[in-house]
Amino acid sequence: MRTILYIIQKEFLQVFRNKSMLPIIFVVPIVQLIILVNAATYEMKHIRVSVVDLDLSGTSRKLVSKFQGSPFYIIRSTSFSYAKAEDEMKKGNIDMILQIPAKFEKKLLKEGSAKVQFVINAINGQSAGLTNAYSTMILIDYNREVGLESTNPAVMAGIRSIQTDYSYWYNPKLNYKTYMVPGILVLLITIIGLLLSGMNIVREMEIGTIEQINVTPINKIQFIAGKLTPFWIIGLFELAFGLIIGKLLFNIPMEGSLALIFLSASVYLFVILSFGLLISTITHTQQQAMLVSFFFMVVFILMSGLFTSIESMPHWAQILDRLNPLMYFMKIMRMVLLKGSGFADISPHFWSLVVYAVCIVSLAILRYRKVS
Amino acid sequence: MKRFRGFVIKEFYHIFRDYRTLLILFGMPAVQLMLFGYVLTNEIKDAKIAIYDPSKDVVTRKISDKILSSGYFILERNLNSVAEIDPAFRQGEVKLAIIYEPGFSQKLEKTGKARIQLIGDASDPNTANMLVNYATGIINNYLVSMNAQKMPVQIIPEVKMMYNEELKGVYMFVPGLMAMLLMLISALMTSLSITKEKELGTMELLLVSPMRPSQIIIGKVFPYVFLAFIDACIILGLGNLVFGMPIMGSISLLLLESFLYICMALSLGILISNITNSQQVAMMLSLVVLMLPTILLSGFIFPVENMPMILQVFCHLMPPKYYIIIVKSIMLQGNGFIYVWHETLILIGFTILFLALSIKKFNIRLT
Repeated sequence: MRTILYIIQKEFLQVFRNKSMLPIIFVVPIVQLIILVNAATYEMKHIRVSVVDLDLSGTSRKLVSKFQGSPFYIIRSTSFSYAKAEDEMKKGNIDMILQIPAKFEKKLLKEGSAKVQFVINAINGQSAGLTNAYSTMILIDYNREVGLESTNPAVMAGIRSIQTDYSYWYNPKLNYKTYMVPGILVLLITIIGLLLSGMNIVREMEIGTIEQINVTPINKIQFIAGKLTPFWIIGLFELAFGLIIGKLLFNIPMEGSLALIFLSASVYLFVILSFGLLISTITHTQQQAMLVSFFFMVVFILMSGLFTSIESMPHWAQILDRLNPLMYFMKIMRMVLLKGSGFADISPHFWSLVVYAVCIVSLAILRYRKVS
Repeated sequence: MKRFRGFVIKEFYHIFRDYRTLLILFGMPAVQLMLFGYVLTNEIKDAKIAIYDPSKDVVTRKISDKILSSGYFILERNLNSVAEIDPAFRQGEVKLAIIYEPGFSQKLEKTGKARIQLIGDASDPNTANMLVNYATGIINNYLVSMNAQKMPVQIIPEVKMMYNEELKGVYMFVPGLMAMLLMLISALMTSLSITKEKELGTMELLLVSPMRPSQIIIGKVFPYVFLAFIDACIILGLGNLVFGMPIMGSISLLLLESFLYICMALSLGILISNITNSQQVAMMLSLVVLMLPTILLSGFIFPVENMPMILQVFCHLMPPKYYIIIVKSIMLQGNGFIYVWHETLILIGFTILFLALSIKKFNIRLT
């Protein structure tokens, strides 16, 4: 036991003596948390529209003003030339062109139906889908209003309506920050933990100091334990710090038990750190270790379910994602913090992490050889 | 010049002998692009929902059918009471609950009005918002078709999705991945290769050689320009061949812009290596400081226009943002140089800035 304590002490000394590492470990993540949390929103607030109204009738004007009145749209320009509007779109100044064809009103009155055109910049497919949904909604509203004005009540009586109300649970105002804070926090401790542990042993190998440890009576398990503990403590500390910031600055909800969060976090950090050590034992230079960690990090992060939902991935990818420890912890954090899930609710994810931890750390111990 | 060539050859040896690094360097972009091209999508598909339908009549069944056959939703469970919603959400699988009011079709018949409540699990607000929107859209469509003959006038929208008719997610992710991978590979590899010489002490040898400092730096960076450029071509090629990502504009312009972007990233790498002394610090700086902002603030995943004003200022400081705009503009919109000169100029500006800073920071003495 005392041997482990010495290794821990040595690792801590190394971290704290390195003056340029300290801010990167402690300050940068917190700053990033504060800034980046604001970035994540798919919410469409200002859909920039260019109107090409070739009809210029009362109806077309009313339709345009309907768009103008909606908080989702900003009318950037009005013109009579579609080509001009399309050029604006090419330059990236507008997101949508609303084109009302000539003789629109006449046709509407004569035939009972007429067409308008939404031309949407669809490079970002998701935004385009939402833009389309909002615009169609406005048209449906408009149709109903026009219908009410122009016809006798008897006809309108036959028209049925289904009212859809919606409510959002656990986050009624769709505050994206309460969702992003736990997510980004998890990303940050993952990046820091994986990099610190991933570079650790391989650095000693590259500099040659590993030889000095190899000739001591420290055994493998002591060595790995001594290497893991300091980063584990740093990781937990960082999580606690981030949660406090989240609570104070963004007022994120903490519905569930914090003990449960930290219990899962300690298992999760154990997985990540052992993963780093495993990388460290199979690579030969820091450059390699870093590239391998980088590779896994990007895969883990982008498949964690923070940015895109796991359900919309293809089936094989969802199965593959079971190997992604971040996915489990991301789920646990959100479930416990935002929904107040208890241990029973998260237990499948929790035990998966435990199994993961056991496998990875045994692999790391097996791979570490005292003789080079 | 001959000295310089020798030096570059040495660097290439360094890189090519380390076949693991090389494997990762070329394998990584390919694997990631393949993986993410298929995996990352914001399209809603098979979202699990719960339905509470106390009346179970013709209309509610029809609406449920419409919703379930849309491909967006699958039924996870039928609820027997409103009280079951909370546990369903808490266990984490159900994302949306649909609640019909009791006596739905009777009410619709009699009063012409009936209500449906949609409850989204907004612990994931993005998904919740989308799901509610999609479901509302389906119900509205059903309503329109139900009333079709009775409506006196109707304006029909004709929707044209420009540049990406099928709303593919890949079109967003290929430019984003390119920006991220090129940035990190270039910045990281150069900063590591220079700090490695410092750490192992061989930098001392180079500095006392008759080569000028600028030659050393350029020699160090040169191979990585080459490697990163190959990476860019791999990503572009795969995106085009496997995912059908079109290259509407001129390929040479696209490659030229990529080259510029790589130079920018490399000069950032030089700057990082000049202000650090160990590989560990260089790496932490490049990864911890660069990675998340590159993903989040560049428009890779979240559109910049929707962010708060202050944050948009930060976004303007992210070089990848401009590169992503350029790539999308050339590949998808088929634009020529006049549409992207502004962004190009900014990238050139960044490159010059980073280089100038590095020259200022460059130290010919090590300690």
